[in-house]
Amino acid sequence: MEILAILIPVSLGLGAIGLLAFLWALRARQFEDPKGDSERILSDEWDDRPRPD
Amino acid sequence: MSDMGAAAAGPAARRPAPAVSPRLGACPACDAAPLAGRLAEAGGAGRDAGGTLILSLPAAHCAACISDVERALTGHPGVRTARVNLTLRRVTVDAPGLAADELIPVLARIGHEAHELDPEALSATAADRQGRDLLMRIGVAGFAMMNIMILSVAVWSGAEAATRDLFHWISAAIALPTIAFAGRPFFASAAASLRARRLGMDVPISLALVLATAISVYETTQSGHHAYFDAAVMLCFFLLIGRYLDHRTRAIARSAAAELTALEVPRALRIGPEGEQAVAVASLRPGDLIRVRPGARVPADGEITEGRSEIDRALLTGETLPVPAGPGQMLSAGEVNLTGPLVLRVTAAGRDSSLARLTALVEAAEAARGRHASLADRAARAYSPAVHLLALASFAGWVWATGDLRLAVNIAAAVLIITCPCALGLAVPAVATAASGALFRRGLLIKDGTALERMAAVDTVVFDKTGTLTMGQPRLAAAEVLPADLRPVALALAQGSAHPLSRALAEALAGDRAAALEAQREWPGQGVSALWQGRRVRLGRADWLGIAEDGADRPGSAAWLSVEGRGAPIRLDFTDRLRPGAASCVARLRADGRRVILLSGDRPAAVAALAAELGIAECHAGVDPQGKAAAVAALAEAGARVLMVGDGLNDTAALARAHASISPASALDAARVASDMVLTGHDLAPVAEALVIARRATARIRENFAISVIYNLVAVPVAIAGLATPLIAALAMSTSSITVTLNALRLRR
Repeated sequence: MEILAILIPVSLGLGAIGLLAFLWALRARQFEDPKGDSERILSDEWDDRPRPD
Repeated sequence: MSDMGAAAAGPAARRPAPAVSPRLGACPACDAAPLAGRLAEAGGAGRDAGGTLILSLPAAHCAACISDVERALTGHPGVRTARVNLTLRRVTVDAPGLAADELIPVLARIGHEAHELDPEALSATAADRQGRDLLMRIGVAGFAMMNIMILSVAVWSGAEAATRDLFHWISAAIALPTIAFAGRPFFASAAASLRARRLGMDVPISLALVLATAISVYETTQSGHHAYFDAAVMLCFFLLIGRYLDHRTRAIARSAAAELTALEVPRALRIGPEGEQAVAVASLRPGDLIRVRPGARVPADGEITEGRSEIDRALLTGETLPVPAGPGQMLSAGEVNLTGPLVLRVTAAGRDSSLARLTALVEAAEAARGRHASLADRAARAYSPAVHLLALASFAGWVWATGDLRLAVNIAAAVLIITCPCALGLAVPAVATAASGALFRRGLLIKDGTALERMAAVDTVVFDKTGTLTMGQPRLAAAEVLPADLRPVALALAQGSAHPLSRALAEALAGDRAAALEAQREWPGQGVSALWQGRRVRLGRADWLGIAEDGADRPGSAAWLSVEGRGAPIRLDFTDRLRPGAASCVARLRADGRRVILLSGDRPAAVAALAAELGIAECHAGVDPQGKAAAVAALAEAGARVLMVGDGLNDTAALARAHASISPASALDAARVASDMVLTGHDLAPVAEALVIARRATARIRENFAISVIYNLVAVPVAIAGLATPLIAALAMSTSSITVTLNALRLRR
């Protein structure tokens, strides 16, 4: 049962990483245009080189 | 459940508790009216703020649209960046020093309709922040739910004694902060509704959350068997999803309302001692002199003191024929000045002005809306007291039967959790989201939460003519009446004027080359004249050319072309062009067995011609605004559920009176505010589809309620009998929520 002392913090930590990733994506405004993003991936416009910003 | 009550139910439910958080656009008018004022005060400064322009793209729908629009815009000199947001159908352009008028033709050339929006009005940061805040709470609740669920699986599968206690303690450590953070929207709204002395849907939700958490903590300290941490967090998670969906639907509706007001900034050019000045319409006083440029809308009621022109009153009366205007004549706000500049002395301002009349009409519209109690509203009203009584009764029953207080509280908490409107809270928002998404794809914006339900009941559709079934733009009926050698002359004359008939003529003759004219001159309110090869040529009104007008019984309007030495003047007939999709929309409505009526303020000949063309059997011409409202009211009294489709100020009262209403985006702002839905594109066909979708959506809502009720009928007796373990609660809650959501998603097809 001592294994629990390791496994539980590890599983919580992994979950927390996911949560932080979500919060980061939220703050980076990646949920502003879900429909546009799903369509943009179909465009081959910037396939050869990255879009200059 | 103000998430269901207020949200889906719209204005009615929220009204009693105005103290609740920032009241976000339950009624678009409440947002629109102050917004318009604020815009006017800002003096349109937002337009050049940072050189950012926002254009709405009602027709954008695919990956190709995105890259076409972005490529076309970035290829235009002066544009730094352009980014399309497909979800909101907008493009944000960073172009310092450029005006939207320069970019709209760029998009028109590649076949995209675009309208300018005011970035100031659209920043809507509060709404954005609220949406992100809800998403963050969903994320936190989801994370907590997954982790507690993992621990709970161990407990359900038979963890004993110390292990179980450890797992419960860890669950408590995760659940307590989560409930405190993620449950805040419910607690805040429950507190607000309690202060307003009523039982909102959030009261039982909050009670269930608090009671379940408290009892679980107590059980954990006592090494009890059952802890409801998973159920409490799951409840929070599902209800937050419902609330977020709802927030999204309303945010889109609200931004639609903001977009629409952003299209038009009510300002006037006041002539003061130090020259002309653009001022807010609200600051005009009687006696002020204002200038109205050709092509501009008259901003206030007034008397013409200088200038001659023609006035288009289509939006006010539905008349398609422009009316000549000269000094001494009264104009009212909303009319459009066509040819010459006019100076107006303002006669009505403040309370008496047509602006105030307009506000009164909008208020009437809102009041009418408030009377409709939505399905969700009615369900919520019965639900809250029932849940509380049920929990209380099971508590009392178990105390009386066993005398065991701890067991009784446990069972009361289980009853509250099981009955908690998880599925119910998702049932309406999920359907509303799916339905408004489906309508949005077809070019319709819903402004009011109860609109779908009201639309579903519609059996009679009343159309306005000018600007609704027609575009309100004339078209040359037959170009053949012009001899080939006179076409270049007519084209050259027409190009010299901004009058709608001239523009229509120029468009019809666009294939010809314009003749060289001299001494071209526009006679405001009359026509244009010039010299062609030494001969005098004139294009204009019949009376100006000295012809007795005989066209009153003809359907369209007319202009005359006279060329010296070429005999009698030539009559050019213009008809109003049909809105695209008008014919198929009317045909489909009739095929679906709905009664279609045409009510217009225009002349009988024009109305009858259009009715015949579209196959509308019932038509009434020369109807004034009160007449329209009365006709709609009479239909309603006769038991019909009326859908009014109109665009003018003369339709506003009827739009407000009707059971449901739609107006095109080109409509006057008052008409758009008074209506439930707005067409974003030119096409009228979505009106017929909207009725079908509304009917399907309402059916789904009822089905979802039925699912929730069946689930409660099964689960509640189990809970009252004291058999509801946390496992059963978790299973029941998630299956019912998922069933309801999947059922709603069927609408998307």
